[in-house]
Amino acid sequence: MFDLRDVTFAYPGQPPVFERFSWRGKRGEVWAVLGPSGCGKSTLLMLLAGLLHPQAGAVVIDGERIVRPRPRTGLILQEYGLLPWATVQDNVRLGLRIRRFYGPDGRHVPRDERLDPTEAQARVDHWLARLGIADVAAKYPGQISGGQRQRAAIARTLVLDPDLVLMDEPFSALDAPTRESLQALTLSLCEEASVTVVLVTHNIEEAAFVGQKVLLLERPPNQKTNVLENIHIAHAEYRLSAAYQSVCSMLRIQIGER
Amino acid sequence: MTKSTNTLHIIYATLVLLILWQSIAFIVQKPILPTPVRVLATFIRDLPRDLGRHTLVSLYRVAASIALAIALATPAGLVLGQSVRLNRIFAPFVYLLFPIPKVVLVPIVLLFLGVGDFPKIIIITMILLFQILVLVRDAAAAIRPELLLSVRSLGAGRRALFRFVYLPASVPAILTAVRQSIGTAVAVLYIAELFATRYGLGYYIYYQGSTLFDYPKMYAGIVAMSLLGLGLYFGVDVLEQRLCGWARVDGRQ
Repeated sequence: MFDLRDVTFAYPGQPPVFERFSWRGKRGEVWAVLGPSGCGKSTLLMLLAGLLHPQAGAVVIDGERIVRPRPRTGLILQEYGLLPWATVQDNVRLGLRIRRFYGPDGRHVPRDERLDPTEAQARVDHWLARLGIADVAAKYPGQISGGQRQRAAIARTLVLDPDLVLMDEPFSALDAPTRESLQALTLSLCEEASVTVVLVTHNIEEAAFVGQKVLLLERPPNQKTNVLENIHIAHAEYRLSAAYQSVCSMLRIQIGER
Repeated sequence: MTKSTNTLHIIYATLVLLILWQSIAFIVQKPILPTPVRVLATFIRDLPRDLGRHTLVSLYRVAASIALAIALATPAGLVLGQSVRLNRIFAPFVYLLFPIPKVVLVPIVLLFLGVGDFPKIIIITMILLFQILVLVRDAAAAIRPELLLSVRSLGAGRRALFRFVYLPASVPAILTAVRQSIGTAVAVLYIAELFATRYGLGYYIYYQGSTLFDYPKMYAGIVAMSLLGLGLYFGVDVLEQRLCGWARVDGRQ
């Protein structure tokens, strides 16, 4: 699905964040990327999203080298991703409007995209309902809770029918119960749609709960690909199991070692 | 118009002001201060005649200025708001030129551009231009990078970003700027219409008062000009409420 080949990336005037870094993931896998702040987690996500470009090496998704944002990749950020002047419903519809704005040009919009307005509305309504925000559809982002805002951001991405969803600390601003229910919901929605997921987090418990595979990053420059396989059962009970606890402590030791 | 000043309050205030005017006119008892009743009668009588035409000319000049100022200042503000480097170059110029009272430039502009509507429109445009430029620039600069990234990730390129992010983000700034400067704009319109024209309310007021000594007509012109300013102000206010409802409910983002 995605394949980073000997990627080297540095911000201008700074030492490299990644140096000949390689990493690959298969279709349908759910990845967590874990590491301390400043380790390059978000940079990695921006590289996958095509919003940053490596100085050397290549980012390949679905056999295609990424040089600009790819229409079938969805990106969900921590906050501030919603248009404050548009209602929840209009925010969820935004991606579809952008697609209509360009038409299926293969560059901004998948070439096979064929959407009539009724179908688009049905898709918007479907995802508003699935994320439980249908009743706040007419409100502005400033009028709803943080959890509802994050649900709107997720709905906005899933409405575009992505095959790869990238998430940057999507739940970290939320309180624990909201966070846990939204983690479970997001995972089950992505599983239904057989979407590949890469979730960036600094939270060990979140990585252990969400990631079938966990990529551990260290202080830059990152050269090694350190992956931990997780037994992973994306159900609420998993959090209570001994397996989950052992994954958490394993991650903790690995991170602590560095 | 905020919630505290509703229609009823405005009617009430209008009545109080009219009564005040009536009382002062009654006490002064001079032709230079006619009563509001007489002025309103003149206003209603003359509006379908020459007064209406002068009002339309003035309205056209302000409206054209607003349109021109928005058309020039919005793109400039958006560009400066997006580019730190360009803003660093141009900000000192804006800083210097913004506070200059543009009304002192009236004689110069008239000398260079001559008679007709165009120089008058240019002068009023200059007043609105800087206000819009500054507010749009700040609005564009305040757009969070996260917002731009996530909209780009939805497939938006430059054109879509402009259409779906920058343009809607600058609408409140444009309306606020126009609302704030409409009073000055109408004041300068009056000054500009004193020169080199035989149309417009400025000319009408001055001509009726200082040449013909027809005070009720002069006052009717003043009323027309006040209503012009008031109407524009209310118009922008209503637009602001319609289009920018989100800005008032939005405390967090």
